[in-house]
Amino acid sequence: MTDANATRPRTRRDAQFDKIRDREAALAGTRQHTARFMSKFLNNRLAVVGFVIFAVICLMSLFAPLIAQHDPMSPNLRAIAKPPSAEHWFGTDKTGRDVFARVLYGGRVSILVGLGSALLSAIIGVIIGVYSGYVGGWLDWIAMRISEIFMSFPQIILVLLLVAILGQSLLNLIVIFTLTGWGGIYRMARARMLSIREEEYVQALRSFGLGPARIAYKHMLPNALGPIMVNITLSTAAFILQEAGLSFLGLGVPLSIPTWGNILNAAQDLRVLEQNWWIWLPVGATISLFVLSVNFIGDGLRDATDPSQQG
Amino acid sequence: MQPNDPILKLRDVQVHFPVKTGVFKRVTGHVRAVDGVDLDVRRGEVLGLVGESGCGKTTLGKAILQLVRATQGTVTYSGEDGETELTSLDDAGLFRFRKRLQIVFQDPHSSLNPAFTIFGSLEDPLRHYGVKTREERRKIVGDLLEAVNMRRESMDRYPHEFSGGQRQRIGIARALSIEPELIVCDEAVSALDVSIQAQVLQLLMELKREKNLTYVFITHDLSVTEYLCDRIAVMYLGKIVELCDAEDLYANTLHPYSQALLSAIPVADLDKKSRRIVLQGDVPSPVNPPSGCPFHPRCRYVVDRCKTEVPELRRFKSAKGEHMAACHLIDQPLAEQPLRTESP
Ligand SMILES: Nc1ncnc2c1ncn2[C@@H]1O[C@H](COP(=O)(O)OP(=O)(O)O)[C@@H](O)[C@H]1O
Ligand SMILES: [Mg+2]
Repeated sequence: MTDANATRPRTRRDAQFDKIRDREAALAGTRQHTARFMSKFLNNRLAVVGFVIFAVICLMSLFAPLIAQHDPMSPNLRAIAKPPSAEHWFGTDKTGRDVFARVLYGGRVSILVGLGSALLSAIIGVIIGVYSGYVGGWLDWIAMRISEIFMSFPQIILVLLLVAILGQSLLNLIVIFTLTGWGGIYRMARARMLSIREEEYVQALRSFGLGPARIAYKHMLPNALGPIMVNITLSTAAFILQEAGLSFLGLGVPLSIPTWGNILNAAQDLRVLEQNWWIWLPVGATISLFVLSVNFIGDGLRDATDPSQQG
Repeated sequence: MQPNDPILKLRDVQVHFPVKTGVFKRVTGHVRAVDGVDLDVRRGEVLGLVGESGCGKTTLGKAILQLVRATQGTVTYSGEDGETELTSLDDAGLFRFRKRLQIVFQDPHSSLNPAFTIFGSLEDPLRHYGVKTREERRKIVGDLLEAVNMRRESMDRYPHEFSGGQRQRIGIARALSIEPELIVCDEAVSALDVSIQAQVLQLLMELKREKNLTYVFITHDLSVTEYLCDRIAVMYLGKIVELCDAEDLYANTLHPYSQALLSAIPVADLDKKSRRIVLQGDVPSPVNPPSGCPFHPRCRYVVDRCKTEVPELRRFKSAKGEHMAACHLIDQPLAEQPLRTESP
């Protein structure tokens, strides 16, 4: 307790208590929040393993030019569909390109698509959801209907439509994923806002006449960040899988750019599937490993930010 | 501006929340949370607002601050610059008056933002009202915390590091930060231990004296109000059923509902032999309030007239100021009325 008894003469013990209080106060600084979050995250083994795998794959992709010995695009006609060797760690594909280099370089694009689309949809979803969830009314109604339209549209048809209109490109894919993906985060952010809206500190801010944008974005949003971060990681994983799926069908990123999905695309050929396992297995495994690691991170974040699990 | 002039005038204030049901969210009825309240709050007084949970006290408090807008009726504020009808102003117009009215909430766990330090929570309103530099704001917040008997350094801590009583005091500091004239205390101590309640109540009374505040003190606990309040308004189902001087309410209770509420207070004084009046039945739903007097289904003295005719809030003679009550039967001694079991 902080009330000192002013009338009583101060004793040595009072001074001691003051010291203890000061030490506690110093410990309980701004970092305390982050510290508890970190310790909870680190105690979750799977989340840490996930984070390590995630970091390794990201770094290897990022520094692909330093790691890969070969160019991912240039064919080597003397080494066509060769199995793994010391020269080509993951072997070569049907046009003689080094699969290891292609997986590394492909990771750059695939991770960019996944993370980029997830971040963009999060930005859009959060901007709309936080405000409309807080103010409600007709704005909320309209935002809800728009998100329903986007979410009820079969994604594959939207993709076909947009590919037909806009053409195939990396940017278009990100746009498509963002358009189809923002609704999920929007709804989550909105639902969080609806439950925080009645908290008394929000009512107190309103009684001071603070504007709705300031209350919603500055004061309420920080309390919704946990689930939003979880959602971003999980939708990153989902978008990477979708990119692989669409590219496998030849609808994603143009085939000339190596992506994980485009590398898998070669496995459409039954002969490749049966005889050249090294063309599709490493990239398939990389995708699975990456998605799994991202999901582990997401679960770890969820537990670490869940206020009901104080630890 | 005399000390006893009204600072707030409420006239026929109603707050009805629409009830929406079904897939199509059709409005099928209204919760009559506040159903026609006439009330003056006098400058410098402590006005108690008591009643069972769900009778509309919080909603009335919020309607005073325009946190919920009245669906009908007016709330008029009078200050140095004359009278202003708050209910007719929009958010921009309310800005000037927000500074005069503040609220302290019930739940110490949700009244502070868990993501911000105390300073982070308290500085934004100050900035909003023109305290430009961070140093000034830190000084003001520090002074406020000291005014509620907390250390200045507490401002850099997070809410979860404080006890319920401390958080409630921080909530009081926040309400004081823009120097309001009137504070609505919505069950400000109800969630606290009895020993801490006394401490917070004492603080509230000291602050009132220092800063010439007016309080609307909302509570469901009549044992707190006697020592604290100058006048008490008893609410039932969105209506005020009795309004009088605090001592008068305890000495000369007129409304049968107030009698029942008072009889439920545990008395330490053995001489005061009071039998507890147990209310029959539950509080009726504010969606479908009973016809006539809203209290008639639970009243011991009910007569036919109560079931059809809504009683007006009428003035009665009293030694201390005016005594208002809404009951048909008060002109006669209550005890001689037939009991419920005997009436058809
Ligand atoms: N935002 C709201 N929407 C619908 N009904 C509400 C709302 N706020 C309060 N109510 C209803 O209004 C009535 C009065 O509530 P309240 O003012 O909180 O009572 P009290 O503070 O006296 O316990 C209750 O029946 C409650 O369910
Ligand atoms: Mg209440």
